[in-house]
Amino acid sequence: MGTLYEDIIDYGGEVFGKDHLETLRECVQCGKCTGGCPSGRNTAFRTRKLMQMALVDMREEIFNAPELWFCSTCYTCYERCPKGVKVTDVIRTIRNLAAKEGHMSVPHRMIGVYVMKTGHAVPIGPAQMELREAVGLESQPPTAQHPQNKEQLEQVQTIFKTTGYDAMIDFDWDTMNLKGMDKGGKK
Amino acid sequence: MTEHPTEYAYFLGCITPNRYPGIEAATKKIFKEFGIETKEMMGASCCPAPGVFGSFDMHTWLPVAARNLAIAEEMDLEIYVTCNGCYGSLQEADHLLKGNPKLKEQTNKILGEFGREFKGTTKVNHSIVVLHDFIGLDKLKERITKPMNDVNVAVHYGCHFLKPREVRGHGSSETPYILEDLVKVTGAKDVDYKDKLMCCGAGGGNRTADSVQSLEWMRQKLVSAMEVGCDCMVHPCAFCHLQLDRGQAEMNKAFGTSFDFPILFATQFLGLAMGLSEKEVGLDAQTTTMPEKLLK
Repeated sequence: MGTLYEDIIDYGGEVFGKDHLETLRECVQCGKCTGGCPSGRNTAFRTRKLMQMALVDMREEIFNAPELWFCSTCYTCYERCPKGVKVTDVIRTIRNLAAKEGHMSVPHRMIGVYVMKTGHAVPIGPAQMELREAVGLESQPPTAQHPQNKEQLEQVQTIFKTTGYDAMIDFDWDTMNLKGMDKGGKK
Repeated sequence: MTEHPTEYAYFLGCITPNRYPGIEAATKKIFKEFGIETKEMMGASCCPAPGVFGSFDMHTWLPVAARNLAIAEEMDLEIYVTCNGCYGSLQEADHLLKGNPKLKEQTNKILGEFGREFKGTTKVNHSIVVLHDFIGLDKLKERITKPMNDVNVAVHYGCHFLKPREVRGHGSSETPYILEDLVKVTGAKDVDYKDKLMCCGAGGGNRTADSVQSLEWMRQKLVSAMEVGCDCMVHPCAFCHLQLDRGQAEMNKAFGTSFDFPILFATQFLGLAMGLSEKEVGLDAQTTTMPEKLLK
């Protein structure tokens, strides 16, 4: 583990390319990101502050602040940054690093549970099948959740097993739920 | 003039088929009307959500997206979508994989476990771009049988349709025109409003992280559209639709308000103007109610 900046470049660089994330070094703290941020006008999330905290290696402070998860990834800052900092991708990379160290809420983990169980973050139910029929569609689309597409769903599950996403969110393949989750949905 | 495909693989995603099938029905019906065939993508999964899975583990997000792209490649078809989340995810994955051979190799190692491969032979299109650029405004105009002459529309883009512009390729994200053109072709008025380019509040896991806080963004956006006399909001994103439509009921409960501001996906709005009924485009089955002037 290096500094947070080094980790951002190394980890995020594998997907976005190192140059893309090294733009973080160009930040001059002008605050244009915060000025246009829809979250900033409603929450304590401050994009400019987050960029500086990342540069001065305040890893724990960033990872433990709930505000890290109040960015909607709208890309307004990314589009407007006068120095070309790829802000939203820096934020997504920081979130990846935080999640890897266990900073991930139960509701966020549950989105992964739905995809591993059904192939979909928002699965279908009986009421929605009726809605489909009412507009002249098949009651179930032929996607990974369709009972006839078990093999297709298994392919999606294979990806989650191969990358270790299941372990990252504490997924239990026996119960098809989070480990230690009681019936009331509390962990 | 460039030749555009007349047959596409429709990437459904989650919210369109599983919550708002009216969006799926309206889009398929309109496309068929203009001679565009839709093929189903057997076994497609969640895109997966770019701001969510991309925020948690981009090394899982990418192969799941690549698998979806590979399904369309096997069909030898380009893709169209009805959700900005799907658009964002699939187009970004396609862009990254085409530009990085090492990443493509790593991703294909995973897909190879079940005999699939990302080759880079498909293209990800948004349905409203197919309408605007491929079918074209002139042809659309010919089919408007119920003009929306006295309707004031607040256009909402959502985020991942326009941004990042270097990937999306629809020009400036500050001065968009595609949705405005589609609204105006029906005879309706495109009305500018304060928070027009603002996010609906749902993306990036924000709705899941703190739903009431995310609904407050939406409340501000809706108020700014209502303040200038808009009758409804027209948008290109199933995920925004969930937040803007169902979210109004959640917001009314959380804040003690009584909002009922009509929300329509672009093809639902066009469908009404082309003579489809409220029921045929699924607008009778959603949270917000449609005013008479949209249904006349």
